[in-house]
Amino acid sequence: MAQQDDTQSILKVERLAVSLPDGTPILKGIDFELRRGEVFALVGESGSGKSMTALAIMRLLPEGLRYDRGCIYLQDTELLSLPEAAMQRIRGRRIAMIFQEPMSALNPVMTIGEQIGEALKLHLGLRGRKQRERVIQLLQEVGIPEPETRLDWYPHQLSGGQRQRVMIAMALACEPDVLIADEPTTALDVTIQAQILDLLKSLQRKRGLAVLFITHDMGVVAEIADRVAVMYHGEIVEQADTRHFLIDPEHPYTQQLLKNALPLRALKPAPKNQSLLEAKGIKVWFQQGGGWFSRKKRITRAVDGVDLTIRPGETLALVGESGSGKSTLGMALLRLNELTEGQILFDEQVDLATLNERALRPWRRHIQVIFQDPFAAFNPRMTVGESIREGMITLKVGPQDKASQRERVAELLQKVGLQPEHMDRYPHEFSGGQRQRLGIARALAVEPRLIICDEPTSALDVTVRAQIIDLLNTLQEEQGVSYLFITHDLSILPRIAHRVAVMQQGKIVEEGRVEQILRVPQHPYTQQLLEAAPKLVRTAVSDLW
Amino acid sequence: MIALLWTDVLVWLLVIMLALWGRLAMRDALVRARWQQVFASPLATISAIILITYLKLALLDSIHLRMDDGQLRSLLDLIFYHLLDASERTYSAPFATHEFVKSVVQQDGQVLQVHLPLRHVQPGMVWWDLLLAAALASLVVWLTRRGVPDFFKNGIFARSPRGVFWGTAWGVWFVLIALWLLSHHYHVFGTDKVGNDVLYQAIKSIRTGVLIGTLTTLLMLPLAIGLGVAAGYFKGWVDDIIQYLYTTLNSIPGVLLIAAAVLVMQGMLETHPDWFGSVAERADLRLLFLTLILGLTSWTGLCRLLRAETLKLSAVEYVTAARALGAGHGRILLRHIVPNLMHLVLISIVLDFSGLVLAEAVLTYVGVGVDPTMNSWGNMINAARLEMAREPMVWWTLAAAFVFMSLVVLAANLLSDRIQQVFNPRNA
Repeated sequence: MAQQDDTQSILKVERLAVSLPDGTPILKGIDFELRRGEVFALVGESGSGKSMTALAIMRLLPEGLRYDRGCIYLQDTELLSLPEAAMQRIRGRRIAMIFQEPMSALNPVMTIGEQIGEALKLHLGLRGRKQRERVIQLLQEVGIPEPETRLDWYPHQLSGGQRQRVMIAMALACEPDVLIADEPTTALDVTIQAQILDLLKSLQRKRGLAVLFITHDMGVVAEIADRVAVMYHGEIVEQADTRHFLIDPEHPYTQQLLKNALPLRALKPAPKNQSLLEAKGIKVWFQQGGGWFSRKKRITRAVDGVDLTIRPGETLALVGESGSGKSTLGMALLRLNELTEGQILFDEQVDLATLNERALRPWRRHIQVIFQDPFAAFNPRMTVGESIREGMITLKVGPQDKASQRERVAELLQKVGLQPEHMDRYPHEFSGGQRQRLGIARALAVEPRLIICDEPTSALDVTVRAQIIDLLNTLQEEQGVSYLFITHDLSILPRIAHRVAVMQQGKIVEEGRVEQILRVPQHPYTQQLLEAAPKLVRTAVSDLW
Repeated sequence: MIALLWTDVLVWLLVIMLALWGRLAMRDALVRARWQQVFASPLATISAIILITYLKLALLDSIHLRMDDGQLRSLLDLIFYHLLDASERTYSAPFATHEFVKSVVQQDGQVLQVHLPLRHVQPGMVWWDLLLAAALASLVVWLTRRGVPDFFKNGIFARSPRGVFWGTAWGVWFVLIALWLLSHHYHVFGTDKVGNDVLYQAIKSIRTGVLIGTLTTLLMLPLAIGLGVAAGYFKGWVDDIIQYLYTTLNSIPGVLLIAAAVLVMQGMLETHPDWFGSVAERADLRLLFLTLILGLTSWTGLCRLLRAETLKLSAVEYVTAARALGAGHGRILLRHIVPNLMHLVLISIVLDFSGLVLAEAVLTYVGVGVDPTMNSWGNMINAARLEMAREPMVWWTLAAAFVFMSLVVLAANLLSDRIQQVFNPRNA
């Protein structure tokens, strides 16, 4: 890539419009160009059409969708008028793509060497020793240790971050001109995300690649992109240089998006100094393996000796990466997991860990739960009213006749920002954010004093996420309910938490007030977590206090 | 005098249960919308009407009366009563006026080989019969349309194409009435070796086929659902025992098990003929026993499927939420797990139906199926084995069994395809 004009356009999309068979527009005339050697970020919330744009460029639209008008130029070639056979030579060879979920994008029954080699054979005709050498070279380039042996490994033997590296190696195998990255770091932990972003950035510089980077995460945009386009309902509402974009966004939607993505401090009065729930020495060990005839048993120490205290009216955020045991701990406090060891003192009087299911029932109403996946959290065969009423019936909370229970449900729905007439609808009629509100209403129905929120905002778009957090904060002010807020997202901590506990490999490594943890972290792991957070978030956090 | 046979009672019980369940399920707007979507397809509508016709014929054949001469006759027998007396001497081809084989007769002192004329045939009526049938079918359809003006409003056929619906209804009525009228003047499907009308046998076989297809499922369902859900939900030793049970059962070849059981049953029937009343009652018991043993060998597939799905569902968050809300096992199973399994149950019922109808034919052909005196497609095919070897060939017994059986199997398969398409959450 010697002397080439930096502003030369390599991929140009003009007036691209795509619609459903019934005429509903998905993309409403998109214009942008991708220049040689730049990272161009396409930002938007779910359903804005950003992934559809990527698929439209690759001519891989889902069945039924059709192009209404528009042109896509790859240098001088117009892609939409190419025959399919010619397009096949372009995919992978000149435009490569990496996906969000590296596990499902890799073939589980082929070694990674074979999968990378396939692309080399198809497009470059490399075989045998030459192919192998090139694969090793590529794996080395994307930072896979011991590439000579790992080449013969299967995808499941690699970690999530390594799989994404393999995906990148595959995409780069034929030295494409354009790389389309569709949310490549969304499924990864923050520390891994930072590494993958670094890798992409350095590869892009070295090879002079043009990258179309699709993401919903403003922090990632600030980290990697040269230019940004914001998509909203199938249109590009704003396009600008990243620096300009972050400082002075013009479109109101962009301003809102940016505001919601940044950490914000909620004014949280310190709660009283007494304990609502006190967990001591919680251990949850799982036995794995060992059938009838096998003596070998492996023990996974998911939670390994955790102490924590939650005060009335307080939010304790539990932070950690995937696999750290934070969700397991949450389920254990609800007694929905078998506890291996430990005490759960509630109200400073009763140890929930010693109670059996029947004796526990009166206490169930005091601790409730909200889940991450709003689509799995409701029984699709029950109306949401029935789902919310269920707790009132089983735990005998509030009025026991149907009419007044329905009144109470209507009241709850209003409290979480929905309409009473939503009661008789089924879950599939609601959006993700609305379902999360329903989940909160269901928990509130039994008047709990502690709600365990298991990543309730991770599956939501930033604007909706901000609304849900505000709702939780309002409810806390009104009713004095406590939260154990499990999350991996550091940017929301200042807005929701009083105190933060950081969890790593089943243990709590650091605990303290939120400003203390975010500003002067003591434990190396906490420092590493904060270090890995996008710069945008880090600077905003340090500006808060 | 109404006489109750075991299978009659069970099949009517099944229909009543189905009707009640249908009424209950239809109250659920979601379920109703799903069914309406199923029948939005013309092919599914046609298939359903054909299946309902078969079911109605089977039900008509499942109300037995004891006649004055002590014989058991069903309502269907009464409708086709004229065919009971219309036996010929031997084989005759469909719509033939003379016997199929030549007989030796002495005429005017000469010995002649001639095709004798059939006794119960009045030729020359075909067009009149068809015309009359067309007129009657139109009248029936017109009357039904007048009688139920709101038919499409809320029911499961609300979205089915009207032309197709009424067209099929007319077609079915036309065929039924035409067959009935023609059977007065002809042997529509010919006669068998001893001169019995083949059409009558084929129609009587409907009950056997439908009963095997539905009763077996009825017997199998509680076992499959109960054990499958228990294994998937309680896990641990409950799961171990249930898995052990169905793995063992599955490892025994099904046909072998059925053959052994039927032979034991046959032996018992022969040593204690006094335990049972008439021949018809014995045949009926044998049919019941066959459905029982088919049910016992066929629950494992569905059970395994339900166990896997329950394992998955019991880890889904809404079940966890219910547990956090203090819901007991019973409530979780009945409100959260079983309703979300029903699409699998439904799909497997309709898929199994056609398989079971065919299984009856195969087992009877091998000789371990229903009683030889009972009308069934299997018995007809078994008889056709020798007839096909004759020269000239007697093809109509096999053809009649084939037409009647393939029609119901085809309809069931088409309908189950459509149901699977609509109810499978993966396709939604």
